[in-house]
Amino acid sequence: MKKQIQKLFLRNKAFCLFAASAVIATPVLAQTAAEKGLEIAQQIETRDDGFIDSRVTLKMTLTNRNGETSTRELRLASLETSDKSLGDKSLTVFDRPRDIRGTAFLSFTKILDPDDQWLFLPALKRVKRISSANKSGPFVGSEFAYEDLVSFEVEKYNFNWLRDEACGDLQCFVVERTPRYEKSGYSRQVTWVDNQEYRIMRVDYYDRKSSLLKTLQQSGFKQYLNQYWRPSTMVMKNQQTGKQTLLKFENYKFRTGVRENDFTPERLKRIR
Amino acid sequence: MKIIVQSLIVFSLLFYQNAGAHAQSVGNFELSGSLRLETRIFPGPLSYSGQDRSTVSPSIALEPEFVYEINNGDDRFIFTPFLRGDLSDDQRSHGDIREASWVHSSGNWDSQIGIGKVFWGTTEARHLVDIINQTDLIENPDGEDKLGQPMINVRVFSDFGTVSLFILPGFRERTFADDKSRLRGRSIIEGRNARYQSSAKNKHIDFAARWSDSIGDLDIGISQFIGTSREPRFAEVTATSGVQVLQPFYDQIDQFGIDAQLTQDAWLWKLESITRGGQGDRFVAAVAGFEYTIFQISNSNADLGLLAEYLYDGRGVGAPSTNSENDIFIAARFTINDTADTQGLVGAIIDRKTGETALSFDVERRIADQWKAEIEARYFINTDADSFLNSIRNDDFITFRLSRFF
Repeated sequence: MKKQIQKLFLRNKAFCLFAASAVIATPVLAQTAAEKGLEIAQQIETRDDGFIDSRVTLKMTLTNRNGETSTRELRLASLETSDKSLGDKSLTVFDRPRDIRGTAFLSFTKILDPDDQWLFLPALKRVKRISSANKSGPFVGSEFAYEDLVSFEVEKYNFNWLRDEACGDLQCFVVERTPRYEKSGYSRQVTWVDNQEYRIMRVDYYDRKSSLLKTLQQSGFKQYLNQYWRPSTMVMKNQQTGKQTLLKFENYKFRTGVRENDFTPERLKRIR
Repeated sequence: MKIIVQSLIVFSLLFYQNAGAHAQSVGNFELSGSLRLETRIFPGPLSYSGQDRSTVSPSIALEPEFVYEINNGDDRFIFTPFLRGDLSDDQRSHGDIREASWVHSSGNWDSQIGIGKVFWGTTEARHLVDIINQTDLIENPDGEDKLGQPMINVRVFSDFGTVSLFILPGFRERTFADDKSRLRGRSIIEGRNARYQSSAKNKHIDFAARWSDSIGDLDIGISQFIGTSREPRFAEVTATSGVQVLQPFYDQIDQFGIDAQLTQDAWLWKLESITRGGQGDRFVAAVAGFEYTIFQISNSNADLGLLAEYLYDGRGVGAPSTNSENDIFIAARFTINDTADTQGLVGAIIDRKTGETALSFDVERRIADQWKAEIEARYFINTDADSFLNSIRNDDFITFRLSRFF
């Protein structure tokens, strides 16, 4: 999941850059809304290509209707795979709360097939392969579903450009995306992508009954390696329950030299 | 034993003071762990003379973990002592070194030298393949808790899976309840007075090897163990006090094991099987079954898992007796997916021939940032006159546990 989170960020940045250049270079009139939406998505993905690997520390704050909060701290490592028909690999290790300290989650993102996922339980020293069929289930009790945290892959969605409009100080493309993979909890998502750097600023998630379910705001973007944009804050607000989850990202590191065989179920047993 | 409990309380208070608020992380050094307060309640009457009267068995356990890292974490020194003080059960007041080892990680291999713990397997009702560590039976009658095992372990990672090799110098004897304890059974086991087939006794050097890989939807492991059986047979002998007691006897065995899981959609298909030689005729045992999860049941965030496993064991008279010759395990796992990580498991293991049933109920929930509450209950019904469960049929129990993590 960690990896998936990282990938999402990475992809977002790349996507933004590519999308921007593509749109500027292409005559817009000749395009359908679907073509324009796809082009923006491809820009996001392309601009994020080549980060190789990244690591980041996350602090997650869950807030319920009554304003009571609980926190989690985790470390996320992501790795791009050499095979472009696959998504990124990600590794999440929990530091807090202390009772789940050392619990690790390994995920291999696929495009349309179910992801491969393993869980390491440190008290038992046991690695369990788990079902990834719960894409729409909550991640550690948060407002983020598993599918919200996986890496962005163009082939996972159908796109449709809706309009351009202002988003804060920036101008955004508003692009609707419809999941093509099975078991999604969403009928559609509406994304706001800035036209300068192709960063995803906001996502509105609509449930299977097409009612607005959640809103994600991403902010505090920083650029790494002169290419990859990552937000330092994500806020997911459930519009139906009033619950909210805040994610704070710290200490992004890129190209740390992790290898593909660091992301294996056996390696989880001695993860640090 | 009172002294152990008192020192534990003092130590625990020190830990609470110094490490309670936050894990201590100074440079490359980190201290974490848990302090557990628990009470076991046995509502049933005592079965045997000599057993203590107590129906309430309060205890305290401390398990800190010290980690020192160098070379950017490629070399780690881990020390995890464990200490339990039980106010009503001397035998259950015990300590162990769960881990004391040097772990080195490298590009395509790693190693562990020292005392450690290793788990192999996929099934839930019984862990047939798991053999490296001895069971700490007085800590947990389910056999889920293990004693630290001295080992030299090297693992090599490649595109063709992981190969893990073990040299196991030194054998740990299984812990047993004593004559005063609940869950001791009809006969007294003199766990510390064991005999061995090998003249090297508990200094026999055992070997183990395992290959494992994930191939698409399949996770598979194949293992071989040669050495001292973790499971003892028992011989009836007359103790110096004149009473008949059971004396553990540890055979030399070889055991080949396979463990596999096929993960498809919401279905996990699980298999473990072994063949063991050295205890009478070579025999085969297996556990096979599934776990199917209904995610987000009736539009909530909660998941319901349904588990079923079949247990077979073909061992003969020369092997340690087992309760799992021909049994069915059924269970339901509920995961609320709330912020408190509330989850539980209700299960039963049923003997297909006699109908003997062991029921279990486990539930846990985080009750504050560093606190977790757990309830575990075990209930034995319809026990067969000849079985071990029959001899502990009055020892149904419920455990309340409150743990503080630091």
